[in-house]
Amino acid sequence: MRARHFAVWTLLVLAACAAAPGAGDSSQTEEALRASFRARGQAGLDRLQQTPLQRACSLAPGQDPPGEVRKRLEQDALERVQFPPDEHWLGDWRRGEKIAQSGVGLQFSDPPDGARGGNCYACHQLSGSEIAFGTIGPSLYRYRERAERNPDGVRRTWIRIWNAHAFNACSTMPRFGDAGILTADQIRDLMALLLDPQSPVNR
Amino acid sequence: MHRLGLAWLLLAMLGSGARADDPFASYRELFGDDNPAELAVAKGQELWAAPRGPQGVSLAACDLGLGPGVVAGAYAALPRYFADAGAVMDLESRLLHCMVTIQGFSRDELAAHAFSERGASQTDLEILVAYVASQSRGAPVDVPQSVREERESYARGRRLFYRRSGPYDFACASCHSLDHRRIRLQELPNLTGEEGARSAFTHWPAYRISQGAVRTMQWRMADCVRQQRLPELVLGSQASVDLITYLGVLARGGAMDAPSLRR
Repeated sequence: MRARHFAVWTLLVLAACAAAPGAGDSSQTEEALRASFRARGQAGLDRLQQTPLQRACSLAPGQDPPGEVRKRLEQDALERVQFPPDEHWLGDWRRGEKIAQSGVGLQFSDPPDGARGGNCYACHQLSGSEIAFGTIGPSLYRYRERAERNPDGVRRTWIRIWNAHAFNACSTMPRFGDAGILTADQIRDLMALLLDPQSPVNR
Repeated sequence: MHRLGLAWLLLAMLGSGARADDPFASYRELFGDDNPAELAVAKGQELWAAPRGPQGVSLAACDLGLGPGVVAGAYAALPRYFADAGAVMDLESRLLHCMVTIQGFSRDELAAHAFSERGASQTDLEILVAYVASQSRGAPVDVPQSVREERESYARGRRLFYRRSGPYDFACASCHSLDHRRIRLQELPNLTGEEGARSAFTHWPAYRISQGAVRTMQWRMADCVRQQRLPELVLGSQASVDLITYLGVLARGGAMDAPSLRR
């Protein structure tokens, strides 16, 4: 594990050096960053620290991490996924819809204790009746039809919500399970929203 | 009333497909010359010339980059390096600097109340920003890269733009690196290229219809960062100035058109 991270690091440092020689090197940027923020509410300065994954995926377009690094990041992400112990994949799509609608959670302006939302509609189309959907991520309308085409579709859906980096090293989607944003029960409810035939996503 | 009207208009626009890339365009047209920001501009003009603060002097001696007291065209060429402060400064950093060094105000007190609360009247900083920005209307963006400090600011800003961190792994680039994407119904400018950077940079400060207030570029940066789930971006901090420098350099050549009217 340690050796693997070291290898990822080395490649990244090399890439960074090649990309931006001279002014604005990464140490200068990091120093400026630390002095520019103030802890507020639930958002402490620890949030500025980067994980190896975040660091690897902070490069400008055209400087994507090399294929070998991407493969390792995906493998790491996959190994960290926690599956529901009893293969109980689907919760309640009605609760799932509420979770998908809510953008509350983890901003310093949010209550620190309340339930968090997944804010799925910020980036995805889901139910056919909700027209205020974002387009950063693909449309998930009629998602069940697509999932059914893959014999592993249900499990893969869980993995995507838990940690999308398992399939796409530098995915822009938050790691809803891996980063502890949503609980396993909430993810079950989102699974139902996507996969239950009665859900407005599929009707 | 505004909210309802806006929602209705939005639906109509989406339905007709007209100007789907900017459903707020016709809302802006309805306002025409009646951008409520003009009130802040007028107040800011008075404030700029009024003797104020413990020193009881106006901002006539404040150098925004084009010489003491020169306001016309200054905003289009900020951020820039100021030798008297030894730092690259954006408009808001520079105004704070002038209000402290020339008028004798307390920096901490100014910074603590830099942005107006919802429903409260605009702060001195906000109306000064509105006024100074209005005096660059039509001027081409000309954020300089003449000295080492300015080039370093751009390089750091660019790096920060792509830097992912926090519980959601977000960078500015997570939402602002593709064309024609939206969060919910809000169109997102692609800030990796000239066109998107121009459309963003030339329109701030802006009167935000949803907030009923003029909001500044520093506010815009800080509120994006809040939604990234990061801690609070400090007003006038190095990172805030660097991000604005990155955007401004990318936007060079665009025509300033602020304060504008935004959702």
